[in-house]
Formats: sequence, structure tokens, C-alpha cells
Amino acid sequence: SSSSHFDTNFWEQLEEILIMADVGFNPTLKLIDNLKLRAKEISPGDQEAFKKIFAQELASLFPKPSKKLIALKPEVVLLIGVNGVGKTTTIAKLAYRAQMQGKKVLMVGADTFRAAAIEQLKIWADRVGVGFYSKEHGSDPAAVAYEAMDKALKENFDLVLVDTAGRLHTKVNLMEELSKIKRVLNKKHPGSPHRTILVLDATTGQNALSQVDLFSKSVPIDEIILTKLDGTAKGGVVVGIASEYNIPITFIGLGEKMEDLRPFDGKSFAKALLD
Amino acid sequence: MFDSLSERLDSVFKKIKGRGRLDEASIEEGLREVRLALLEADVNYKVVKDFTRKVKEKALGKEVLKSLTPGQQVVKIVHEELIELLGGKNVGLELKGKKPYIIMLVGLQGSGKTTSAAKLALFLRRKKFSPLLVPADVYRPAAIEQLQKLASEINIPSFGSSSNMKPVDIALQAREEAIEKGYDILILDTAGRLHIDEVLMNELVEIKQACSPQEILFVADAMTGQDAVNVASRFDELLDITGVILTKMEGDARGGAALSIKSVTGKPIKFIGVGEKLKDLEVFHPDRIASRILGM
Ligand SMILES: Nc1nc2c(ncn2[C@@H]2O[C@H](COP(=O)(O)OP(=O)(O)OP(=O)(O)O)[C@@H](O)[C@H]2O)c(=O)[nH]1
Ligand SMILES: Nc1nc2c(ncn2[C@@H]2O[C@H](COP(=O)(O)OP(=O)(O)OP(=O)(O)O)[C@@H](O)[C@H]2O)c(=O)[nH]1
Ligand SMILES: [K+]
Ligand SMILES: [Mg+2]
Ligand SMILES: [Mg+2]
Repeated sequence: SSSSHFDTNFWEQLEEILIMADVGFNPTLKLIDNLKLRAKEISPGDQEAFKKIFAQELASLFPKPSKKLIALKPEVVLLIGVNGVGKTTTIAKLAYRAQMQGKKVLMVGADTFRAAAIEQLKIWADRVGVGFYSKEHGSDPAAVAYEAMDKALKENFDLVLVDTAGRLHTKVNLMEELSKIKRVLNKKHPGSPHRTILVLDATTGQNALSQVDLFSKSVPIDEIILTKLDGTAKGGVVVGIASEYNIPITFIGLGEKMEDLRPFDGKSFAKALLD
Repeated sequence: MFDSLSERLDSVFKKIKGRGRLDEASIEEGLREVRLALLEADVNYKVVKDFTRKVKEKALGKEVLKSLTPGQQVVKIVHEELIELLGGKNVGLELKGKKPYIIMLVGLQGSGKTTSAAKLALFLRRKKFSPLLVPADVYRPAAIEQLQKLASEINIPSFGSSSNMKPVDIALQAREEAIEKGYDILILDTAGRLHIDEVLMNELVEIKQACSPQEILFVADAMTGQDAVNVASRFDELLDITGVILTKMEGDARGGAALSIKSVTGKPIKFIGVGEKLKDLEVFHPDRIASRILGM
């Protein structure tokens, strides 16, 4: 519109950038409408000033993570998500981080389904140098979780990280299996799991919305961790997720090593969308 | 979740009554809906632009068939064009030349290479081949064990790789073993890697040069978004891939990445993965995916 400080070409280009970053069509239009209003605050054509406004506007969409008080140790964290997004690797990263903070960490292999998933997690536990519990391949994941809590309570762990098998959100029986793991944890250790984290792969497109929607119907999601941001994918789909669901993004994954985890920062994320 | 595209188009065309031909204005308006449907399905923005331009040319001036509404007519044109772009019909594996044949699987982390390797082995055994599964991912924790376990699940031999070997040496030694023991096809599982990781991408080029695989299949996740074009075109540029496997198709992903990847590489999608079990591999049918991308 003529009231805008930037020409049609500018807004079209921005639309293209945002859609190609997986922000999605409707969230892109909404964002651009808001930005058109806010662009009036800055001098015409000032791109640097625009980038600042853009980062502010986008960052304001992301809910702030809330700190939960844990009445009774250990704190229990459950990681869920579709196949191959990076759950197991993210557990290694979270364990490494907690260990650096002096916590006693237990990794729990409740993916008893995928070939060598238990071995994969065990290798990580050894590399990071933290505790590990699982049972043989094919065991009931809820039983693994239950027995792991026994160990965690007995041996005075501070943090328990529960790895689950990748599963598509459309599989009703597998969603039910997650609720069961959750129920069992809560029975053994009331209040737990204290956090349920949905792991999302930044290369995912609009399907991530359906993942959030269907996973949260069986287990409420407290946080999202966005992995694989070290590639060229921007992970823009979380913009739509942030405005539709009130779920904070806490960390981003930037590689395959245990050190490759950073706290999520809305402004840096916004800047990277425009690069 | 999505209105069917022809319903949406019909509501567009309802406003433009009594016209026997598809005129520019109504096509423009109709194509806006098509564009949106394709973007919702994660087809790449630029691919969508090219595609809708082509459809417009085809649709312009076309007479609306008596049996169809204008909306249905446009959907028909769009659908046919999509099938054509997706390759028309299924393209199988091209196994020619001297045995043992080699099929190499490549792609981003977590896309489904290892699982697809075992699925392919099962598929090929049914076709009377005698496959050897070759784990050449020496990086991911327990990647070798993963493939070896899958292999023993289906009673197919696997090569005894170890994580201190170089992937190219694994490939060459596995070929020797295949010749010795009479296996006629090797399926090589490689580590997931980013297309921008020069060192690891070169490792793939080195393997290709050392053992000239008949097939290099790019394994991609059906849920991939806009970035599919960057990734696929880089893998294709460096390796001249021969085809694509699209995994995790049994979910609710619309699979627009199929169109993006086919458009930028020109390489056929040969198989789709439809589950975690090793029998869950199907040959690719362009017409089915076309309907799915359109939300039909
Ligand atoms: N580049 C990159 N790769 C990652 C990242 N996080 C995980 N990966 C890789 O992605 C692949 C899958 O990771 P996993 O941790 O096994 O994923 P998962 O969700 O546990 O997989 P399933 O248990 O099979 O569902 C592995 O090759 C990891 O090394 C990341 O932040 N960046
Ligand atoms: N639902 C579903 N899951 C699949 C399919 N194909 C593979 N998977 C799952 O996706 C996850 C990753 O598969 P892998 O075969 O380990 O993937 P990869 O490409 O070898 O991973 P990296 O070696 O880490 O790069 C596992 O949980 C598989 O069980 C499929 O068609 N459908
Ligand atoms: K993936
Ligand atoms: Mg895992
Ligand atoms: Mg693998």
C-alpha cells in the first residue's frame, strides 16, 4: 500500500524469503501485515532499522520458557518426536550440559523398538560419562521407565532423561504408548515427567504443525527443541507453531556432537531467517 | 484439514458464471488456490511459480468439458501436469554391467538410509538377487550394529565393518567378499551428512570413484520442507544421483518434497518408505503422489 515505507517489490521479496524458510503461507501474510504497520516507525527504506523491527516482532511471538520448581529430586524429562529428528543425540547434549552444571544424570533407553537404539544411547552415556538404564530389545518401554525410576530414586540422581522411540504422530497406538510411559513415571515419582520435550527437525516443512498438534493431544508438550539448524534449513515452521500453540522453544541443535546445543534466542533466530 | 482443491476451485469459479472457456482472469484466480495448496504441501516456492506458469499456459482458452465444472477442469489439468512432472510412470532400478552390482544410499542425517538399505535388500532378495548389506557409516554411534541387526532380522548377510575403517575401504573390501562368496549385489549404507559439509561430501565422491555404483539413491524424508531443493541439488551436483527414495510416507505429510526434488534434479523417485518394518517399501507411483500433494 502507499502508506508503506517500502515498495511492493520489497514486501514481495520478504514474502518469498519467509515462505522459503518454511514459515508457511498464512503466518507469512500475518507477519507481513504487522510489519507493514510497524515499518511506519522507521525512516523510508532503512533496511537496517527494518531488520531490527523484524527481529523484535518475530521474537515477541515466542513464549518465554517457564521455570518449574521440582519438589522432589530427580527431575524427569521425556523426549518425544517423529523418527530420526534427533531425540537420542539431543539427550546426549542435554546430559552433557547438565553434567557440566554438576548434576548426576541418568539416561534411560525406552526406545526398545528400533534396531541398536539401546546401544546408541549406551555409547552416548559412556562418552558423556553419565548413568544408563535400559532393558533388552523388545521390552515394554513403560516397564523400562518404571524400573529406571527405581534406580534413579535409590541412587539419588538429579536428572533423568528418557529416550523414546521415534513414531509418527498419526499412529494412535504409539501415541497411547507415550501416555502410558507418562502415567507410569508419574505413578512412581509424582509430578514427573516434569518436562515433556518435542524434538523437531529444522528441515521439516508444514508437517511440523501436525506433529505438534497430534503429539500434544496424547502428551502435553512443555517445550520444543529444534535440531539440525547447522544445515541450510531455517526451521521457520516454528513461527507458526509459536503463534498457534503456546509452547516455548528452549534449545537448538547445531551438530552431531554433545557440545552442539545452544539456548534458543528469538532475535538471532529471526536474523538467521533473513540471511 | 484441507478442503479438497476442486471444491475450493469451484467456489472461485462460481463467481464467474456462464463462460464456456477458461479465460485468463478466472484461471489466475483459480491458480491462486492451486499455488496455496502446493505451498501447504511444502512444494518449493520457486517450483510452485514455474509450475503454475506452465499450467496457466495449458489451461488458457481450453474449452470446459461438458462433464466437468471449471474447477474440476483446472484440477484435471493441474493433476495431469503434476503426474508428468513427477515422471509419468514408475522407474525401476537400472542394474546393468558387471556383477556384483552396487547400490549406494546417501542423504541427510536421519532421513532413513539404514532402514531403507535393509528394506531394499529384502526387496531384491524377492527378485532372486543375493544381496550383501554393507555398513559404511563409521561415525554415528551404533550405526554399524543397527544395520547388522536389521540384516540378521531378515537373514541377509552383512559385511563385518568396524568403525576404525575408512568407508571407501569398507566398500572395496566388501566387494571382494561379495565376489568371493558369490553375492551379486551390494547395498552400501553411508553416514548421514549435510550437503554443505565439504569433507564428508568428498568422502562420498571418493567412494563413488572407487567402486562405480550402478545406483546412487538419495534418501529423503517425506516431511522435508522448502530446503529439499538445496539439499537434493547439491547431492546430485556432486554425485549425479540415479534416483530417490522418499521415506516416512505412511504419515500425513503431503510430500511436496517429491515434486521439488524431481524438478531440481530431474531424477526419478524410485521407491517410497511406508513404515518402520522392513517390508514397508513400495515402488513409487506418480499419480498417487500427485493426488496427495493436491490434497485430493
Ligand atoms: N547436523 C545435525 N545432525 C543431527 C543433529 N541432531 C541429531 N543429528 C543427527 O541426526 C541423526 C538422527 O539422530 P538421532 O538422535 O538418532 O535421532 P532420533 O530422533 O533419536 O531417531 P529415532 O530414534 O530413530 O527416531 C543422527 O545421524 C544424528 O547424528 C543436529 O543438530 N545437526
Ligand atoms: N515411520 C517411518 N519411519 C521410518 C521409515 N524409514 C525409516 N524410518 C525411521 O526413521 C528413523 C531414522 O532411520 P534410519 O534408517 O536410522 O536413518 P538414517 O538415514 O540411516 O540416519 P543416520 O544414519 O543417522 O543419518 C528410524 O527411527 C527409522 O525406523 C519409514 O518409511 N516410515
Ligand atoms: K528427518
Ligand atoms: Mg533415537
Ligand atoms: Mg544410518
